[in-house]
Amino acid sequence: MIKRWFKEFKNLGNEEIEKIPDEERREFLKIGLIITGVFAGGSLLSVVSKVAEGLATPEELKNNYPYKPHYSMVFKIDLCIDCERCVEACNLTNQVPDYGWRTMILERYSSKAVDQKRIFLPILCNHCNHPPCVIACPTKATIKDSQTGIVKMVSYKCIGCKTCMTACPYNARYFNEERHAVDKCDFCWEKRLSKGITPTACVEACPAGVRIFGDLSDPLSEVYRLVHQLGKPVWVLKPETGAKPNVFYTIS
Amino acid sequence: MNLGKYLPGTKASRFLLGLTFLVFLISMAFGIHAMHIGYRHAYGVTREIPWGVLISGYVFFVVTSTGLCIVSSIGHVFGVKSFIPIAKRAVYLSIITLLAGFMVIFFDLENPFRMLIWNLFSPNLTSNIWWMGTLYGVYLFFMSLEFFFLLVEKHRSATIAGLLGLISGVAAHSNLGAVFGMLHGREFWYGPYMPIYFIASAAASGCTAIIFFTYLGYKLMNEKMERAMEISLQAVGKVWALVLAILMFFTTWKLITAFVGGEGKILAVKELISGKYAFNFWFFEVFLGMILPFIILLVSRFQNLTHMFIASLLAFIGIYFMRVDLVVLGQVVSHYFELSITDFPTFLSYTPTIYENMIIIGAIAFTILTFLIGEGVFKGHKVEIH
Repeated sequence: MIKRWFKEFKNLGNEEIEKIPDEERREFLKIGLIITGVFAGGSLLSVVSKVAEGLATPEELKNNYPYKPHYSMVFKIDLCIDCERCVEACNLTNQVPDYGWRTMILERYSSKAVDQKRIFLPILCNHCNHPPCVIACPTKATIKDSQTGIVKMVSYKCIGCKTCMTACPYNARYFNEERHAVDKCDFCWEKRLSKGITPTACVEACPAGVRIFGDLSDPLSEVYRLVHQLGKPVWVLKPETGAKPNVFYTIS
Repeated sequence: MNLGKYLPGTKASRFLLGLTFLVFLISMAFGIHAMHIGYRHAYGVTREIPWGVLISGYVFFVVTSTGLCIVSSIGHVFGVKSFIPIAKRAVYLSIITLLAGFMVIFFDLENPFRMLIWNLFSPNLTSNIWWMGTLYGVYLFFMSLEFFFLLVEKHRSATIAGLLGLISGVAAHSNLGAVFGMLHGREFWYGPYMPIYFIASAAASGCTAIIFFTYLGYKLMNEKMERAMEISLQAVGKVWALVLAILMFFTTWKLITAFVGGEGKILAVKELISGKYAFNFWFFEVFLGMILPFIILLVSRFQNLTHMFIASLLAFIGIYFMRVDLVVLGQVVSHYFELSITDFPTFLSYTPTIYENMIIIGAIAFTILTFLIGEGVFKGHKVEIH
C-alpha cells in the first residue's frame, strides 16, 4: 500500500489544471463554483475572489449546510446603479444614525479599464461561517445564531472594546451611541425576519434586482441556484481571511 | 503646613509630587468630559481605525508591568542573588503600571462597567481579549499578594506568589499579543509573531523601567545608592542589552519577512518604513527605542548608572512610539484597498485628539505620583538579603 502511494507520489507531475483527472474536474464543476476571470473595473475578479476557498470545502458544501434556513445574499453587481435606496431603506428600518451604516455601496473606478470605467459594489455584513468578530468578542455580545447563521448583536453585553470592529475584514461594524453597543447588519432579523416579514429591507427597496436574499440550503431558492451554477462567475470578498462568508457576488 | 514632615525626599520630589497630582486631576477631567460628550466626539478613532493611542497606551503600561514582573522574578523567584535588591520596587512598580494601564483602558471602553459583569457571566473562551483581561486580573491579585508578603517579610510565600504572578503575567501578556496576532483579517498583525514579540518586548520594557525608576528614586530622595543596588542595576543593564539585541533581531526579521507576505502587509510595512510613520519608526522606535540605548549601555560598560538612566529615559520615549506604530499600523490599510475603491483611500489616517493624549499623560502622571508615594511610604523599598 505504502509502496504504491510512494510510486504514485513519484509520478506526480505539475498540478496544472489540464492535468487534473477528468473525474476530479467533473466533481468540482458539479458543485458549480467555477472561477472565471472577469475584467471589471480595474482588476481581475478571479484574483481576489475565489468562492470555493471562501465558502467551505466542496465536500462540506455538497453534503450539508450548517444552518436551516441558511440565510444568504447574492449580488448581481453589474445591475447596481448606486441609487442607494437600499441604504436608505436600511437606515430607516434599523434606525441607523447618520454617522453609521449597515450597508453601503462602494464605487470602483479605473480610468484604464476598457469600455465601462465604473462599477458599484454593495457591501454589508457577510454573516461568515467562521466569523472573526464572534471569535474575538470577550463577552459573547456578538453571536452566530445557531439556527439561521445570522451574526447578531446582544447589545446589553457589549463592553465597547471594539475588537469585533478591528477583527471584521469587511468593515461591517460601527459603534452605535444610541444603542450603547456595536451595531451591524442582522439581515433585518430584529425588525423584519423575526416578525415573519421577508425579505430584508434593502432587498425590497432595490429597484434593479441587485440583491437576492434567501436560504442557501434550499435547492429551490434563487440564492441556491445562483451560487450553484456554472455559467457565470460567483465569488466572495476577501476569501483569504478564511472567514467563509455567506454573501456572494455574481453578474446578471 | 510643612509638608516635608510627612513627605521625605528633596524639594524636587515634593514639587514633582504636586505637579503629577495636578496633571493627574486635569487628565481625569479630560477623561470624564470625554465620557460625558461621547467618545465618538472626543476621540480621533474612527470606524475604520477603532483602536488608537489609548490602546497603544494600555499596551505600553501593561507591557511595562509584565516586564517588571519578569525582571523582578529573576532574583525573587529564581534566586539570582544580584537581582534581589531591585525586586521589591519592581513588584510595586508592576502593580502601579498595571493600574495605569487599567486607567487608560477604562477610558477606552465604551461600557467599562458592563465588562465587570459580562466578563464573569458571559465569558467567551475563544476570545483572547477575554483571556487577557481575566488573566491580568489574576496577575494583579498575585502581584499584590507578593508585595504584601514582601512587606511582612514572608519570603517563602512571596516567592510562591511571585511565581504564580509571573505565570499569570506571561500568560496574560502573550494573550494580549494574541489579541492582535489572531485577527486573521489583519495581515500586519496576524501570525504567531505577536505573542512572542510581546514577551521579548516586555522584558526590554521591564529593564528600562527598573533602571529608570530606581535611579530616579535615589536621586529624588537624595540618598546614596548602596553597593548591592548598584551591582543589581548593572546586572539589569546586561540583561537589558541582551533583550534589546533580541528585539532588534525580531524587528529586522519582521520587516524582511513582510516583503514576501500579502499585499496588505507589504503596504502597511512600506507605510511604516518609508511612509507617514517613517519618522516614528526610524527615529523613535529604532533609534531612540533600541539602537541608542544599546550604544549607551555598551559605552557605559554597564557601570555608569547615570548613562544607563539616560538610556532608559530615551528608551521609554521610543517604546511609546513603538506601541503606537504597532497598534495603528495594523489598521491603516483600507479594508477594500485591492479593489480600487474611490470611497476610501488606500491608507486611512488617524490623529489622536487632546483628550486621548491627555489620558495617556494622566496615566504617566499617575505612575510617577504613585511611584513617589511608594518611595516615601515604603522607605525606598529596601530589601533585606537573608
